[in-house]
Amino acid sequence: MAQICLDEIAHSYLPFPKTDEDYALKRIHNIWNDGGAYALLGPSGCGKTTLLNIISGLLKPSKGRVRFDETDVTELPPEKRNIAQVFQFPVLYDTMSVFNNLAFPLKNRGFDKAYITSRVTEIAKILELETVLHKKAEGLGADAKQKISLGRGLVREDVAAILFDEPLTVIDPQLKWQLRCKLKEIHEQLKLTLIYVTHDQVEALTFADQIIVMYEGWIVQIGTPQELFEYPDHKFVGYFIGSPGMNFLPCIMENDGVRVGRFHIPVDEKTAALGKKATGRLELGIRPLYLKIHAREMADSFQVPVQSVEDQGSCQVVTLAFSEHRIKARIAENDPAPESMAWVSFPKEWIRLFADDQLLK
Amino acid sequence: MKKWQDNKGWLFILPVFLIVAFSAIIPLMTVVNYSIQDIFGPGQRIFVGTEWFKETLTDPRLHEALWRQLLFSGLVLLIEMPLGIAIALTMPTKKGLGASLCLVLVALPLLIPWNVIGTIWIIFTRPDIGLMGALINNMGISFDHTASGLHAWITLMLMEVWHWTPLVILLAYAGLRSIPEAYYQAARIDGASAWAIFKYIQLPKMRGVLTIALLLRFMDSFLIYAEPFVLTGGGPGNATTFLSIYLVKIAVGQFDLGPAGAFSLIYFLIVLLFCYLFYQVLLNVGKGEAS
Repeated sequence: MAQICLDEIAHSYLPFPKTDEDYALKRIHNIWNDGGAYALLGPSGCGKTTLLNIISGLLKPSKGRVRFDETDVTELPPEKRNIAQVFQFPVLYDTMSVFNNLAFPLKNRGFDKAYITSRVTEIAKILELETVLHKKAEGLGADAKQKISLGRGLVREDVAAILFDEPLTVIDPQLKWQLRCKLKEIHEQLKLTLIYVTHDQVEALTFADQIIVMYEGWIVQIGTPQELFEYPDHKFVGYFIGSPGMNFLPCIMENDGVRVGRFHIPVDEKTAALGKKATGRLELGIRPLYLKIHAREMADSFQVPVQSVEDQGSCQVVTLAFSEHRIKARIAENDPAPESMAWVSFPKEWIRLFADDQLLK
Repeated sequence: MKKWQDNKGWLFILPVFLIVAFSAIIPLMTVVNYSIQDIFGPGQRIFVGTEWFKETLTDPRLHEALWRQLLFSGLVLLIEMPLGIAIALTMPTKKGLGASLCLVLVALPLLIPWNVIGTIWIIFTRPDIGLMGALINNMGISFDHTASGLHAWITLMLMEVWHWTPLVILLAYAGLRSIPEAYYQAARIDGASAWAIFKYIQLPKMRGVLTIALLLRFMDSFLIYAEPFVLTGGGPGNATTFLSIYLVKIAVGQFDLGPAGAFSLIYFLIVLLFCYLFYQVLLNVGKGEAS
C-alpha cells in the first residue's frame, strides 16, 4: 500500500508532440493518499484511461515521474509495480478453473502451494466465490467474471493500489449496485488505495471519497462529491455533474446584482465583490435543483414562459425561457407543474459566478 | 387454424434444396449407382450388389495408398500447424505497411494455380538446372525426386509446406489479432511469462480458427491430387501414389467405373469420419471441470 505521487506527468501518443493539442494528458501534478478511494471522472477521450495506464505501468509517460511512496517507479514494468488492474471487460484465463485464475499471479511469482491455497481461499471468501472455486471460469456470469478479475488483484498481499477501468460497464444494473457495495466493503476491510475510472457520475459519486474530474487531458477539479456539486471549479464540472447540468447565463455586474438580458438578479455581497474584481466573460451559474418556481409573484422573482415539463419519475424538470436564454429547474415529483407562465427566483446562496469558465472564489 | 396454412414455409427452402440436390445429392447418387453395378457400355449393365465394395476393401494396393495418404496428411498437420502458429506469432502486430506487406508476401503461394505449383517445383528441383536441385547436387549430395522415393517425398513435403502453411499463418494471425489488448495487459500485471501468455491466452483464444485450419488442411492434404500428379505422377514406382491418384488410375485409366464408384464412396466416408473425429476432439479440448 502506498501513496501515489504523480509529478508533472504529461503524455502524448505521438512520437514527437509539438503543441498542447498533441498531448492526451497535458499536465498532471497530484498526490493521492494511501488508502483513499478515488474516482477519475470525465467524458470519453479525456485521458482518464491513459492516466490509469501510466500509474499501472502499461504506458510510460512522455514527461514526468510516477512515485509510489518515495520510490520512483516510472521505469518499472507493470509486474514490478505491485499494482492490480481490473478492465472494462472481464479478463479471464478461460481454460483455467476459478481457483487457478485467482492463483495465477501468485504462481507466476513463485509462492509455495500451501500459501497459495490459503490465500486464494481467503480471497474467494471475501468475494463470495467459494461455491464456484473449482468450476471453469468460462461459463460464469459477467459479475462473477469481473469479481475474479478483481480477485486476481486482491490475492497479492503487496498490492499498492487497485485500478479499475470502468469495471461495471458490462454488468446488469441491479448487480452493479451489489458489486459497488462489495467494492466499498473490500475497501474498508483491506484499506487499499482504489482508483476508479468511470464516465458515470452516479458511480463516481457513490464510490469515491475524492473525485477527480478530467476534461481534455486536464484535471479540472478534485473534491468530495459535495464540493463538486456545490462549488464546481470549472464550467465543465457544472455541466458534467448533476442531472440536468448546471444552468449558465451570460451576465454583467450591475449595482448589487447581475443583469441577464432584461432581468436584474440580486446576489449576496460576497459574490458581488468577487464579480466586480473579475475580468473576462462573466456567467452566472445555478443548479436546477436550487431554482425556485412559484405559481404567483414573490419577492425577487421573474415571470417567464414555460417551455416544457418533463416528468422523470422521481422529479420533474421544467424548462423555462429566461430572457433570450433557456434554463432548467428541478422540482419535486408532487409539486404542481407550472403551465404557460411561472415565476422563478434565484436563491442568493446558490448563485455562483464564473469568469472565463472558472469559478470566482 | 387449418393445417395446410403451415406448409407454405417449405417454399422458402425449396431453392436451397434444389441447389443442394444438383450440386451434391444427385452427383453422389450417381456414384452410388455406379458402385453397385457392372457397366459394360450404354444400356449394358448388371446389378452386382456389394461386390465392388468387397473387392475395393481387400485391394492391397488401396491399403498401401491409404497408409501413404495417412502418413502424408499426418506429416502435413504435424509440420504446418506448429510452423504456421510460430510464424503468425512473429508477424508485426501493429497495423501498418509492415503488417500489410507481410500478409501479401505470406499469401503469395496461395494465389498460384495448383498444377502450376507442381511445374514450378519440377523445375526448382531438377538436378541439372533447378535452383534447389542443382545446388544440392553441386554440394556433392545426389538428389533426384524422379529416381528416389525418399527424395520424391521430401520434395512433395517441401512443396506442400511452402504452398499451404500460409493458410495456417493467415488464420492463426487473424485469431491472434482478435484477442483484446486488455488480456495482454492483465497478463503483464499478473507477471505471466511469454510461454504462459501463449498457453493460457493465445492458444485458447485461437482454438476456433485453429480448428478450421486443421480441418481444412486435413481435408485438402487427404484429397491432394494436382501437385503430386504434376510433380511425380505417383512415382517413382508407387512411392507417391496417393488415394486420389490411384482412384483416377482406376476410373479414367482403366475405366472401371464400378470399383471407382465404390472406392470414391469409401474415400468420402473416411474423410467424413476423420473430420468428425477432429471436430469433436477440438470442440471438447479444455471443456468440462478443470483440475
